[in-house]
Formats: sequence, structure tokens, C-alpha cells
Amino acid sequence: MLLKDEVAMLQRVPLFSAIEPTKLKLLAFTSDRVSYSAGQILFRQGDEGDAAYVILSGRADILVDSDSGPIKVAELEPNSIVGEIAILCNSSRTATVRAASPLEALRISKDHFLRLMREFPEMTIEILRVLADRLSHTTADLIDARSAK
Amino acid sequence: MEPSLARYIWTHTKKQQLWILMIVVLSMIPYFMSFDLPKLIINGPIQGSGFEQPGATQPFMRLHYSLPFIGEVQFFSGFQLDRKATLFALSLVFLLLVVINGLFKLYINTYKGRLGERMLRRIRFDLVDRVLRFPPFYFKRVKSAEVATMVKDEVEPLGGFIGDAFVQPVLLGGQALTAMLFIVVQNFWLGMIAAGIVAIQIVLIPRMRRRLIVLGRERQLTARALSGRVGEIVDGIGAVHVHDTSNYERADIAARLGLIFKIRFDLYQWKFMVKFLNNFLAQVTPFLFYMIGGYLVIQGRLDVGQLVAVIGAYKDLPGPMKELIDWDQARQDIQVKYQQVVEQFTVDRLIAPRIGVLTTDDPDPMTKPLSAIGLSIADDGGAMLLDRVSLQIKPGETVALVSTATGGAEALAEAFGRLNWPDSGKVASGADDLLELPEAVTGRRMSYASSDVFLFQASLRDNLLYGLKHAPLTSVPYDGAAADQHRWNMQEARLSGNPDLDIHSDWINYASAGATGPHDLFEAVRRVLDAVVLSRDILDLGLRSSADLTRHAELARRIVELRAALRTRLEHEGLSGLVVPFEPGAYNKEATIGQNLLFGAAAGPELADRALAANPYFASVLRQAGLDRTLYEMGMEIAEQAIELFADLPPDHQFFQQLAFMSAEEIPTYETLLQRLKNRPHEAVSENDRAMIVTLSFAYIEPRHRFGLLSDELMSKIVAARNLFYKNLPPELQNAIERYDPAKYIAAATVMDNVLFGRLGSNHPDAPDRIRSIVYDILDELGLYAELLDVGLDFNVGSGGRRLTSGQRQKLDVARALLKRPDFLILNRPLSALDQRMQDKVLRNVLEEARRDGHSSAIVWVVTNPAMGMMFDRVIVFASGKLVEDGTPETLLAGNGTFKELLS
Repeated sequence: MLLKDEVAMLQRVPLFSAIEPTKLKLLAFTSDRVSYSAGQILFRQGDEGDAAYVILSGRADILVDSDSGPIKVAELEPNSIVGEIAILCNSSRTATVRAASPLEALRISKDHFLRLMREFPEMTIEILRVLADRLSHTTADLIDARSAK
Repeated sequence: MEPSLARYIWTHTKKQQLWILMIVVLSMIPYFMSFDLPKLIINGPIQGSGFEQPGATQPFMRLHYSLPFIGEVQFFSGFQLDRKATLFALSLVFLLLVVINGLFKLYINTYKGRLGERMLRRIRFDLVDRVLRFPPFYFKRVKSAEVATMVKDEVEPLGGFIGDAFVQPVLLGGQALTAMLFIVVQNFWLGMIAAGIVAIQIVLIPRMRRRLIVLGRERQLTARALSGRVGEIVDGIGAVHVHDTSNYERADIAARLGLIFKIRFDLYQWKFMVKFLNNFLAQVTPFLFYMIGGYLVIQGRLDVGQLVAVIGAYKDLPGPMKELIDWDQARQDIQVKYQQVVEQFTVDRLIAPRIGVLTTDDPDPMTKPLSAIGLSIADDGGAMLLDRVSLQIKPGETVALVSTATGGAEALAEAFGRLNWPDSGKVASGADDLLELPEAVTGRRMSYASSDVFLFQASLRDNLLYGLKHAPLTSVPYDGAAADQHRWNMQEARLSGNPDLDIHSDWINYASAGATGPHDLFEAVRRVLDAVVLSRDILDLGLRSSADLTRHAELARRIVELRAALRTRLEHEGLSGLVVPFEPGAYNKEATIGQNLLFGAAAGPELADRALAANPYFASVLRQAGLDRTLYEMGMEIAEQAIELFADLPPDHQFFQQLAFMSAEEIPTYETLLQRLKNRPHEAVSENDRAMIVTLSFAYIEPRHRFGLLSDELMSKIVAARNLFYKNLPPELQNAIERYDPAKYIAAATVMDNVLFGRLGSNHPDAPDRIRSIVYDILDELGLYAELLDVGLDFNVGSGGRRLTSGQRQKLDVARALLKRPDFLILNRPLSALDQRMQDKVLRNVLEEARRDGHSSAIVWVVTNPAMGMMFDRVIVFASGKLVEDGTPETLLAGNGTFKELLS
């Protein structure tokens, strides 16, 4: 997959959809292309968050440790981003991500991600918007869950 | 040291000075004769006195003397020569005298030069020898750069002077006196005139020069302080940058240079003023000679020959006079310099020479306990670090010294290490004062390591083995010219009062490391490195450096086996995708285009980096292979993409680390280049510009950069160009490149690159770590682990060891102390740069290592954390410079004292 295809992929990620293509190209160029075979771990719960990953092809499982072993809580598909929360909050990973099939991803390091946010306010605003959107969804879900009781 | 320079010189060189004096006196005879001869030539054959009759002859070389009581005695009646023959004969004698005088001068100068150089060597050695004997506290007050400048620069002029110290006044004084005497003999009054002027010179000039001496001393002190400050800036460069004080330093240096300039300019002005006066006085004398001497000739009271001889002789008077005055100034100047240096090197309580005396035989083990008896130590400010402490460390005991913040345990350790001298009381081994024992005992039977590590700028190996180099143990066989050179070296060393120890001898005391020679020393080294957990770091260094094949031939010999083992292992573990190997007939996608074209490691500047595209042969290969145009277009594409991506970023942006093609500074150059070359046909582009563009393509790696510029066709063309390149490689480039050959070791590449013989896939983030641990496994399996460790030991640690981390430096220091298997191992917070977990691990290993093979070192360890005390036989607790608790950790824990308090 070439740089320009990666840019097209990134554009389809909601977080990056409103960002200029040239900026996305820079982001793609300075990020590492990584590949994993099925079963390989991208990062583990409790690790320090040092990068976010954009899935380019393949699928991955999100697993959370529990007393009875890891539980799969969600599945990642191409064009989705994972791990961005840990680098924004400076916290450790809240879940483990494991490749469920041969996987291609773009690894955006924490430094680069933060640097881009600092330099391109339009991107930061977009990220804020997406996060706020998620928060309002979560809140709505919570209200639904509460009222359903 | 001897405070008077003259006496110092006289003590060490009297024989030589007397000899050279004798030669100088001897040289006066032909010198005087050469004055008298012009008169004989002019008056005799030229003016014709004694040859009044045609055909008259005069005796030549007649030897006759009038002796007391006997009267005139004739030894030889001489040859009878006519006027012309006499002229030729006398002229030839004149020539002969010129040659003899010249030869005398040559001999005297050479002899003096050698004498001076030997004395310079002696004095420099004496100074360094004293540095080696300074008491430890003295070093708190001196700057190393100042000491270095004293030894190197300030005594330098002494060498030139010493040869002249006694000879010059005699020689020049003799010459001046001879000339003066000659003038007086010719004519008393002319002689008096010359003497008068000389007297003025002798009185006036030295007076004027006193100021010069004062200025000279100031110049010396300011210059020394300058070099001290420069040394400080270099050592403290971190602090300068951290605090943004570089401009303060600039101002300080500028102020110092200003002062030095002022002093030097003053000196300069005075010097030329004095010179002017001196010259003037010298020139006035001939004026008087012409006037008064001429008058006397006209009056007939003086003949022309005499006047010419007087003027001739006078030419030789100002020279020696001036030099004599110069000598006197040099003497005062040098005396001042010498005193300045000697003052700095005269220190109380210098370590006695017998303490550091060379001992080849190993001393007996220290079987008596080490003790402190009423030991008190104060710091420079007078605060008590230790207050009348008495304790005893038995052989074989392990003791933790635990200390509150102001405890004093460190001072005790330093006292045991002889680095801090008692103010009262003493440290002793049995009944002997430790400070009175020779270093041959304490330096071999005891070891000391602290958090303040000093490493020499040498390899890791040299630093590690440094603690074993006490005495030259082998005599090196020399033959042929080397033997002569060695003999000469040793003889000269003795003549200059230097020791005649051979630095090329093997100084390593293998026995003290528990080895028998170089072949099994490595085992001991490996054990101590493992103990301090440093082996892995050194292996990493080994992998990243290129091995010296003269020393590590084994690696090169077994490289094929190693590479094969790595492939098998990777296949076995299903990790083949991690490494893309180099294959002579295939394109390696994970390597750059440049690497694929060259398929070798550049061993010289001709084909390295940026020079490659500009190399005419390489460019011709690209043309032949039909690649020149393609790569040019590719370069243009890369330039466009890079500029589009990066042009907006500030030059110090961290993203530039990702841009392999060009540096941030080059972006504007390429921007203008791109604009100029766009739409210009390939043929119309100059060679230089073409190289600039083509070179961009050489750094391209498709999977990494993902511009989509590499097609299958291009790859096969590149492989074809590679073969073409090697087919016609011109002889001058044969040594500039080492071709990749699966069966050959690449000397110019690192060990890691050699084993991999390929490139790591860029899309496996954990590939480097995994490969490294696999490579270590393989090396161990093949028995090459030691070899790699040895490559790592070649690593140069840099100035003061700064190429290592502080943790690595401290570990190395402990390893060095362990290696000589001492009877008493003193460790003063040795691992403070490491985290607690690592400290505990090393502590456990060291305790174990010290007990190996039935050996039992006593260990005194000043611990950074009281909990570490639990691992020792005995714990001694200090508070406010006093010993407050002493016992096994269990008993101390059971009590309710300071130790328990510190632990909780």
C-alpha cells in the first residue's frame, strides 16, 4: 500500500476526516507501517501508552483482563483508530489489542501525534469534536441504561 | 624542589657544563687568531710591508717563542714565501680558521641543545612525579588544566636556556672581552670609547628591562589562569548550556583575553623601546671610530690596517654584548618562571618516594585486621566528618556501613582507600599505619571503588585491566634497529633522570586476577563483568561496532557458519520475514537503492554517502545500465514529495529525523534547484545538479517511504547495474569498496550487519530486540560469545569515560576493583546511579564473586539504602560522624536503635 492510499484510508477515519490531505500525508510519512500475523499482540493492558494505531487492513480484537481470563469486548475493523486515549491522557493501556487476522497498521507515535495537534489547531478541534461526540453518545447510553432499570 | 634554578641546573649538569666550558675556552684561540689575521694580510702582502724589494720573501709559519731564562727559541724556521704566495697562504689560513670556528660553533650548539633538552625532560618528569606524590587534599585546590599548562608550556623555555646557563656568559663574555682587548691593544683611546659605550649598555639596558620581567610574570599567571578557565568550560559544558550562561563565559573569556592583550602589548612596546636604544648605542660607536680613528690615521698615530682591524673587531662586539644582555634578561625571566612553577609544586606532606616504589614481586596477603584508631577527619571547612572513631574489620568479614545523611561512613571508606588523610588518629593494618605501607601492598591487596568514577580515554579493556598494571613483568625481546632504538631510549631516559621502565612490556599481573596468562585472563574478566551485570551492555557495544580483524580473526573465519545458523533459527521459529538477506543476484527491498546498487560497504571516502552520485565511474555505470534518467526522475519526484511534506516545518522540527533524503538545511537549496530544473530536459542539466538530484534516490526504501517509485523492471535494472559496476571496477576504486559476499566477512561493517547479512524488515516494530536476543543465543551456541564480548571490550570509553552512561561507569569501576581479588574490598556507595533493584542484584553477585574458589575478601560497603545491610555479616551505623551501632543485622534489628529507625 502506498503513501497516497494510506492518506485515503486516513481520510476515512472520522478523527482525521476534516484534516487537509497534505497534513495527513505528513502524518502518514512520519508514522511507521507495521504488520502483524494473527495472534500477535499490538499492546497489552497496563503497558505505557506510546503510540496510536490506525488499522489499514485485517481485523483485531480488543481484550480486557478479568478474573476468568481475557474477555473480548470489541472488534476493530479497517479504518479504525485504537490507542489514542492512552496517549492523550498519559495513562496506561486500558485493554489488550491482538491481531485476529494478518494485520497492517499505521503506528503513530505519541510524540508525533501530540506535535501534530499542537501545530495544526484544525486537527485538534476535529479530535475534540469527535471526543465530545463520543462523550455525548456515552452519556446518552448511560441515561438510557439508567432509565431502562 | 630546589628553589634556585642555577643550583638545580648545576647539580644535575655540572660535568657537562664544565666540559662545554672547556671547549668554549679552547674555541677562543682560533677565534682570536681570526681577528689578528686581517691586519697581517692588509699590512703584509697587500700594502707590501716587508716586501719592499722585488723578490723579497718572508717566513711563513715560523714557530718561535721567547721563554724565560732561555731566551728566544725557534722550533721551526718556516717556509720562505714571496708577496703573492704569502697573500694566498694567509688567505687560506683565514679560510681554515673560518671552518674551524664554524665547527666549534656547531659542536657547542649541538651539545648545548642536547643538554637543554635532557634537562627539560628531567624537569618535566620531576614535576609529573611530584603530581603523582601530591597528598590527596591538594587536588581540591588545583585546576588540572593549570597543572598541565605548567608542565607543558611554562617550563618549555627552560630547555632552551639551560644549555646556555653557564656557557653563554662565558662564551659571549669571552668574545666580547677578546674583541675589546684586541681594540685596546690596537689603540688605547679607541678601546676606551668602545668600553664607555659598553658600560652604558650594561648599566642602562637591564634597568629598563626590569619592567619587562614584571610584565612577563603577569603574562605567565594570566595565561595559566586562562587555560584553567578553558579547561573548566570544557569539563562543565553541561552546566553552561543548562543554565544559559554561555554568554557569561564568553564575557569572562573576553575580559581575560583583554587583560592578556594589554599585558602583551605593554611588553611589546617596552621590548622594542629597549631594542631601539640598544641598537642606537651600538651604531654610535662606529661613528666615533670613523671620526676619531680617521683623525688619528691622518695624524699618522694609527695605521690604516689597525683602523680596519679595529672596525672589524668592533663588528663583533655589539653582537656578543647584545646577546649577553639578552642572556641576562632570559636568566631573570626564566628564574621567575621557574620559581612560579616550583612554588606551585612545593607542597607540604608530599607522599614519600618509598611509598610508590616499584615492586615486581607480589606482596604477601594482608592477613591482619584493618582498623581505625581514634580516627577524626574534618572537611575543608573544618566540620567534623568523623569524630574519634575506632573499629576493626577482620579479614574475610562483610561489613555494611550505614549512615544518616551526615553520618561519615563515606569519609571512613575514603580513609581506608587512603584518599582522605586523618586529622588525628590513624587507619592501620595490624600494627602498621596504613599510610606508611607501600602502595605495592595497599594497591594490590586492597581495592577501592566509589560513585565518583574516573576512566581513562582508552578501550573498555584497558580501563578494566588498569588495576592490574603495577610493574613491567616481562622483558620484551627487541632485535635489529628496534633493539638499537630501545637501547638508545633507555640510555637517554637514565641520562635525564627518568625511569628506564619499558612501557611496551606486559604490565598486567595475571596472577592477581587468578589467571596464568593472557589466554585464561578472559575467564576472570567475564566473571566480574557478569557479576556487575555489565556483560549484556558490552555485547551490545560489540554488535554495534566493527571488529578489528587482526584481533578477532575467529569471527571472520566462522561468519558463514554464523549466518547459516541465523537463517536456520529464523526459519525454525517462523520468523524468516524479520530479515531480508542480501543475495548477489536479487534486489533487497528493505535496503536503500544506493545499497542495492553498490552491494558492498564503502571502505573509503570515494564511494561513501554523497560522493557516490558524483563519482565519475559510478555515473558512467548508471548511464550504461540505462538508469541515469530513471534515477534522475525518481530523485525529482522524491525532492517534490519531500518539499511538499516538509517545506512548512521549522528546521528544528523532530519530524526531520524521519526524512532520510536531505537535512532540514538543504530544503531551501533543493527548493530552488527543483524550480530551476523543472521542465528542463535531462540532457540540459549540468553534471553537478544531476548528481544532487540522483543522490536523493539512493536513500529510498520502498516499504519505508511508500512513494510507489520502485517497479520490478527497475529492480532488475539495478541488479544488472550492480554486476556491471563490479565487472569493470577501475583499480583505483578496488580498495574503496568491499563487496557483499555471503562467504566473506565485511570488515567495514558492524558485527551485527555481518551476522544479519541483510536488512531488518521495517514493518516489524519489535524486530531489532528479537533479532538481538536470537543472535546472542547463536553466538553462545557456537562458542563465539567470548569473542563478541572481546569486540565490545575494544570500545573506546571517550574522555573521562563519557561515552558510557554513569551507571555503566560505576559498574566498570566495581568490576575493576573485583578483578584483582583483593583481601579488603572497599566500596563507597559504588552504584548510586543504578536503581535499587539493580543495586541489590549487583550486591548479591559481588558478595558471591568475592567468595569464589575458597578466596575470601573482606568487603566494606557503604550502602545507599539501609535495607541492603541485611545481606552482610555485620552492620556498622554512623550518625553525625560517630559510630553509634555495631553488630549483626539481626541483633541491630532486634534492638531499638538507629538502624531499625532507618529501616522503617
